[in-house]
Amino acid sequence: MPLPAEKTELEDSPIPVGKAASPWGNATFRSVALAAALVAVAILLLLVWQLVSDSLPTLRAFGLKLLASEDWNAGAEEYGALPFIYGTVVTSAIALVLAVPLSIFTAVYLTDLAPVWIRQPLVSLIEMLAAVPSVIWGLWGIFVLVPWLRTAVFPALRAVLGPIPGVGSLFSGPIFGLGYLSAGIIVAVMIVPIVTAVSREILRSVPNLQREAAYALGATRWEVTRIAVLSYARRGLLGAAVLGLGRALGETMAVTMVIGNSPQISASLFAPGYTLASVIANEFGEAGADRMYTSALFELGLILLVITVVVNVGALLLVRAATTKGGSRFA
Amino acid sequence: MNPPLGSPEPRTYSEPMRPPQPAVGQSPQPVRQIAISVEGLNLWYGKNQALFDVSLGFPARSVTAIIGPSGCGKSTLLRTLNRMHEVTPGTRMTGRVRLFGDDLYRSGMDPTILRRRVGMIFQKSNPFPTLSVRENVLVGLRLNGVRDKEVLRERLEECLRMAALWDEVKDNLNRPGISLSGGQQQRLCIARAIAMRPEVLLMDEPSSALDPIATARIEELVHELKETFTIVIVTHNMQQAARVSDHTAFMYLGRLIEMGTTQKIFQRPEHRQTEEYITGRFG
Ligand SMILES: Nc1ncnc2c1ncn2[C@@H]1O[C@H](COP(=O)(O)OP(=O)(O)O)[C@@H](O)[C@H]1O
Ligand SMILES: [Mg+2]
Repeated sequence: MPLPAEKTELEDSPIPVGKAASPWGNATFRSVALAAALVAVAILLLLVWQLVSDSLPTLRAFGLKLLASEDWNAGAEEYGALPFIYGTVVTSAIALVLAVPLSIFTAVYLTDLAPVWIRQPLVSLIEMLAAVPSVIWGLWGIFVLVPWLRTAVFPALRAVLGPIPGVGSLFSGPIFGLGYLSAGIIVAVMIVPIVTAVSREILRSVPNLQREAAYALGATRWEVTRIAVLSYARRGLLGAAVLGLGRALGETMAVTMVIGNSPQISASLFAPGYTLASVIANEFGEAGADRMYTSALFELGLILLVITVVVNVGALLLVRAATTKGGSRFA
Repeated sequence: MNPPLGSPEPRTYSEPMRPPQPAVGQSPQPVRQIAISVEGLNLWYGKNQALFDVSLGFPARSVTAIIGPSGCGKSTLLRTLNRMHEVTPGTRMTGRVRLFGDDLYRSGMDPTILRRRVGMIFQKSNPFPTLSVRENVLVGLRLNGVRDKEVLRERLEECLRMAALWDEVKDNLNRPGISLSGGQQQRLCIARAIAMRPEVLLMDEPSSALDPIATARIEELVHELKETFTIVIVTHNMQQAARVSDHTAFMYLGRLIEMGTTQKIFQRPEHRQTEEYITGRFG
């Protein structure tokens, strides 16, 4: 009984099934899709416009000096963005240095080395890590990671690396626990899942024929990975790393909890610092009705937005070029 | 870069490549030595059996063609000859394969060393896209830890000449390997394989992606290379098998139906299925 009924329904349906779609339906769909895309662009433009207009008071008063100044003292109307830019760059750099090699290695393991039965469980596990809320990482950072780093890891690092001329200055001075290095490590942990997931996609898009070419020359597994897989995938992997950078730059909650929130620039990675995202989150309430203070925070937001948009667009272009065009991109 | 991987029979890399010397005291009608012998081979992909009790011998320094309809196990058989099937997870094999008497599957046989003795050319050319023409040819030697600039330079020219590619690329050896035409890329892959000085070359439909002119060049090349190497070539093009091979093996549904001189297989096949296949009644 239900079968014929369904059939008549189909026949009577206003949308012709199996025939060419009506030009009306097509046009409607296209305009809806176009409108959605335009809305997204419009929101982004509005956001930029809002940030620019709200930062106008400080932009007018200080111009680009805000970018170059180190002093942040709202009471004295000193708004230097440098400590925040520095903190953002340093924590992101630490995160990348730690997370990218680990993620690429994990991705190689998942696609080329691990026994087949273990691959899917590991992938699911990593996906779950990606779902842990930022604030949870922050709590774990404060109560577990930072105490351990302060008592066990940092003193050892200082003892080993501190005396080396040059790099040594990064690992010297008092150890507080909270600081650039702790924040960088937390961010690294947070971006490993996404960088691993994207790297894995990139590595999976390497044709098996490339691997077989290397095997046929008598390459060992590791050599296959090196000469056939990693070199083929290098641009895409760069894209994955830049995508991770995009995430690292904007990471707010966990960083705010472990970086120490101190607007200063210090050579030592053990020292407390501050990032663009953290200072905005922390001080907006305080700024209240103070027009210049609010404007300065908006300007920091504008700087952060510009940096992250540029980085993310770059990453998207790299990853897309690597996963769609195949080998032709090397020509 | 890489530590030398060591080989059971260390070879010197300075002597020029030449065809192996003919055995002393050859009879006028030489009985060819068997390069690879396969005995009672069965192979499974998971639960599906792809090869059933295959036994045959590939004569040295000649070309043997493996023909048969698509899916009959030609590539699978070829890949057991350099243990490439082991790269595919879930394969299982029983039986014996010997390379000049040496059991390929005995314990202690390192497949990475075996694959330098038995080179492979694939259906689709697969030069390494990030490497230049030069580096594509030399990549295998570099894996072997060969550093000597002079040796590498000599070997490069020698292999590109043997692969009939030298004249076309000698003016720009630094261009990317994949900037070459399809036929040139396949000859580059041949140069890359013979740079390892293998004893056997396995070719899996090496010209199926090429136009007729490029195909003819590959066939010519196969003819020249058999002076130096034992060649096993899989093809589903029977004219090609007839043109390039000395012996032909016909496979059907995972079994070897018959093998003999190419002339005999194409003129007086013993089995009905062989005859039906070569006369184009199926396949
Ligand atoms: N990687 C693989 N996994 C599972 N089955 C395979 C695989 N490769 C080949 N087979 C199966 O083994 C049989 C023989 O395949 P193949 O050797 O590629 O045939 P041919 O080269 O003669 O076309 C086919 O039935 C094919 O489906
Ligand atoms: Mg095949």
